[in-house]
Amino acid sequence: MRAKPSALLVGAAVLALAACGTGDAGGSSTASAGASASSSVSGSITVFAAASLKESFTAIGTAFEAEHPGTRVTFNFGASSALAQQITQGAPADVFASASPTTMQQVVDGKAANGSTAFARNVLEIAVPPNDPAKVAGLGDLGRAGVKVVLCQPQVPCGALAQTVLGKAGVTVKPASLEADVKSTLSKVQLGEADAALVYVTDVTSAGDTLKGIEIPADVNAATTYPIATLTGSKNPDLATAFVTYVLSEGRAELTKVGFQAP
Amino acid sequence: MTRLAEQAGGIAEGNVPNAPRAARRGTGNRPLWPLAPFAAAGVALLALPVLGLVVRAPWLRMPELLRSEGAVEALRLSLVCSVSATVVSVVLGVPLAWVLARGRGAWVGLLRGVVTLPLVLPPVVGGIALLLTFGRNGLLGRWLYEATGYALPFTTAGVVVAETFVAMPFLVVTVESAFRSADAGLEEAAATLGASRLTALRTVTVPLLLPSLGAGVVLTWARALGEFGATITFAGNLPGTTQTLPLQVYGLLESGDLDGAVGMSLVLVVVALGVLLLLRDRWLRPGGIGGGLA
Repeated sequence: MRAKPSALLVGAAVLALAACGTGDAGGSSTASAGASASSSVSGSITVFAAASLKESFTAIGTAFEAEHPGTRVTFNFGASSALAQQITQGAPADVFASASPTTMQQVVDGKAANGSTAFARNVLEIAVPPNDPAKVAGLGDLGRAGVKVVLCQPQVPCGALAQTVLGKAGVTVKPASLEADVKSTLSKVQLGEADAALVYVTDVTSAGDTLKGIEIPADVNAATTYPIATLTGSKNPDLATAFVTYVLSEGRAELTKVGFQAP
Repeated sequence: MTRLAEQAGGIAEGNVPNAPRAARRGTGNRPLWPLAPFAAAGVALLALPVLGLVVRAPWLRMPELLRSEGAVEALRLSLVCSVSATVVSVVLGVPLAWVLARGRGAWVGLLRGVVTLPLVLPPVVGGIALLLTFGRNGLLGRWLYEATGYALPFTTAGVVVAETFVAMPFLVVTVESAFRSADAGLEEAAATLGASRLTALRTVTVPLLLPSLGAGVVLTWARALGEFGATITFAGNLPGTTQTLPLQVYGLLESGDLDGAVGMSLVLVVVALGVLLLLRDRWLRPGGIGGGLA
């Protein structure tokens, strides 16, 4: 008799742990996926998306859920490279939207996706605090001594792009910090701790009045293409495909609103 | 429960007819079986991940990984910062512990709550708090920046501040309890024999304190060495300046270099194990404080 409550507790603990590890296994839909199958998808999916997609994808997710009642889209935003790593290590994700073809390729190479579709294009911009304390007017000022510049670390797409742009412009920057993703890079400027950062033009748009953007001339700027893919490990592939289709169609408007270009 | 109570009763009363049975069951030689699955699950949860790290470790590549410029730099920076943070913690934390142990009144409890808050605060929250206080737009950092043009974020000194913020409470808590158990009466006795208060503190209390101070120093240093959240939030992430080992591990993992990340993690595991093994007998044994007095 004494062993019974403890056995029950162990059972409950195991169940609780198992519940943590699995996503919603719903999605018994048999209809073919796609934007037209709006009423036939159900359940929930988890979308792993680049940090720079935070505002646009959050809005797209809300609109998607409204159009497909009974569905739930959960997001995990982060550095594309970190997300790719998590996905190839078996993280329970249904869709991956990356900020560079390179990080998407890691996921495809890891057999976690069968190919991808480009859905957006993004370029860099210089972000400075609203009062621009270091009087930054262009890329050349980022190399000036005493100007505190933060960049994304070179492993993440925005960091790789920053290296390309600075290389093209022939500017040598001694960064104050190499941040983990574009949003933490941005926050250092918003807090006024850094004088300038190289971030996506879409991040500057989404940040509103909290910072000022300085355009980079097209001849030295560089672009990155955003691919999206459903993942082979998805427990709800119908809903995952429906979401990807939505991003590629109706979702375009939200992307354009914050400054993404067509791929 | 009833049988347990029976046993306990038997032992407590020294019940003669039951004595052999009580001795056999009550000496702790036999584990309490219903607890065993939980204990085993606990061991598995704590020990298996380290095993997983060891199994996955790129042993053949370790020499190459350890010699890489990034690894040497991060290790050097980690040691410099964690030792500095420990020194600052001792210099500021021991007097603070003394105040908490000997102070009287409601303000002591309040003060203790305030200074041990970082112990239970998520480190990343600590990092934001530090930015808003010591950043160049921060509460105090603004004055420092206006007066000197100096700002702590993105500097090695900033790493030391972040590590001290997170680690010092360990020292304060450990040393305070030692101050408490060191009898204040002994200090008074020394005083009545003509010793000044400072002499009494130095010759009576401090020697009683040393073992706990040692344990506190080890805990504080280990916590500082492993600090991640407050450091990356407050001090940023730049190789050679603010990128300590845990930050480098995170960066390597993000860039898909799992071998590098596991290799560097192993360095931290070895350092941690080394600390535990070296000081096990002196500081970390149950009752080690008493043992250390000898």
